[in-house]
Amino acid sequence: MIAIIDYGVGNLFSLRSSLAAIGYDAVVTSDVETIEACDRIILPGVGAFGDASDKLQSSGMADVVKAEAAKGKPVMGICLGMQLLFDKGYEYGEYDGLGLIKGNIVPIADVIPASYKIPQIGWNALDFKQESPLFKYIKEGDHVYFVHSYYAADCDESVIATTEYGADLTAAVANGNVYGCQFHPEKSGEVGLNILRAFCELEV
Amino acid sequence: MITKRIIPCLDVKDGRVVKGIKFDNLGDVNSPVELAKYYSSCGADELVFYDITASSDGRKLFTEILTETAKNVFIPLTVGGGISTIEDFDRVLKCGADKVSVNSGAIRNPEIIREASQLYGDQCVVISVDVKRVDGEFRVFAKGGREDTGMEAISWIKHCVELGAGEVVVNSIDTDGVKEGFDLELLKQVCEAVQVPVIASGGAGCIEDFIALFKEIPDIDAGLAASVFHFGEVEISELKKVMAENGITARL
Repeated sequence: MIAIIDYGVGNLFSLRSSLAAIGYDAVVTSDVETIEACDRIILPGVGAFGDASDKLQSSGMADVVKAEAAKGKPVMGICLGMQLLFDKGYEYGEYDGLGLIKGNIVPIADVIPASYKIPQIGWNALDFKQESPLFKYIKEGDHVYFVHSYYAADCDESVIATTEYGADLTAAVANGNVYGCQFHPEKSGEVGLNILRAFCELEV
Repeated sequence: MITKRIIPCLDVKDGRVVKGIKFDNLGDVNSPVELAKYYSSCGADELVFYDITASSDGRKLFTEILTETAKNVFIPLTVGGGISTIEDFDRVLKCGADKVSVNSGAIRNPEIIREASQLYGDQCVVISVDVKRVDGEFRVFAKGGREDTGMEAISWIKHCVELGAGEVVVNSIDTDGVKEGFDLELLKQVCEAVQVPVIASGGAGCIEDFIALFKEIPDIDAGLAASVFHFGEVEISELKKVMAENGITARL
């Protein structure tokens, strides 16, 4: 069973449906015992970093995710959920993330030419930077669906894939058993389902 | 590189897909769930569902269809039609929509754009605009293209983006259903006016029309069409291939 962390942010219907489509049961939950009983965790999220970070802390889910990650349980953050895995986010202020991956969340406007539209909305190709079990069923150059105005910086050692949008932006990260996708695997067709499948097959 | 998106649009009435020529003469095409699965499998980058139902029974049927589609199709889904309130946003987002497109509802109450973008994020709010030439200017039409609002289209679109709309769908009533190509003149002006993604709609009749769109307006992000896809006049997989051959970045 997979725990999709519910902390009042985002629409979790598609994520649960996509896991069901590849044969995995998931529960959307904020119950500590339920999360502890699950064998892997997905941290979703859409919206702004500060608001989501506050909700993650106040709901108690921040401590639970950190504790479970420390036990070695596979954890995957998606989109804003990935950004929350990092040390700090600089969206409308400075906010603390979970600190599970070293690095900071900064505006893509800092590194891309002014002619590029923000947010990046659409399908873009993955350039692999490191081997990862997450990529077991996909290949370099496969397209995934992005919607974001911020990206993870100062995190070279954990970047496993980037995407080119006027600059090489962090697309996927890994630090031990903790993974993150800036894109939406649950909205990225077959390629996305194959990334979720690989995550679900990671050994606990 | 980010790809140019190809988006089939499904007009849904009483649980079935329909498409009219210039908004009239509706004809039944297919089941929304089956069509959505088919399009997803042959390379559509996104799907738009327009609810053109007037009755509450039809609306209930629409949300059932939407839920069923979202359970089976894992590409972005945009929903439009009859969106006027935050409750409408909430209703379709809960059924699995990723973005919500607002048209007449924003003309009646532009603040809905600001409220929704603050609540769900800019990326969730799509402003859809029906545009027609009247007395030498681009005019915004409401109520499915039946009512001239008197508003100039480019300034209306800019205003919507300022309020928080994260994407713009521009539907040219002049070219819609004619199948002689997109309204390049109008679309160029919209692309120059705003910095958010712009989706072209209305007028696609063949693959070459999409190629002309992306070649002549490099800033356009996506091409949307309905009947040319539904009736098989344009196969999306073939369209993507021709795009790539013409140096247009596409997800194959």
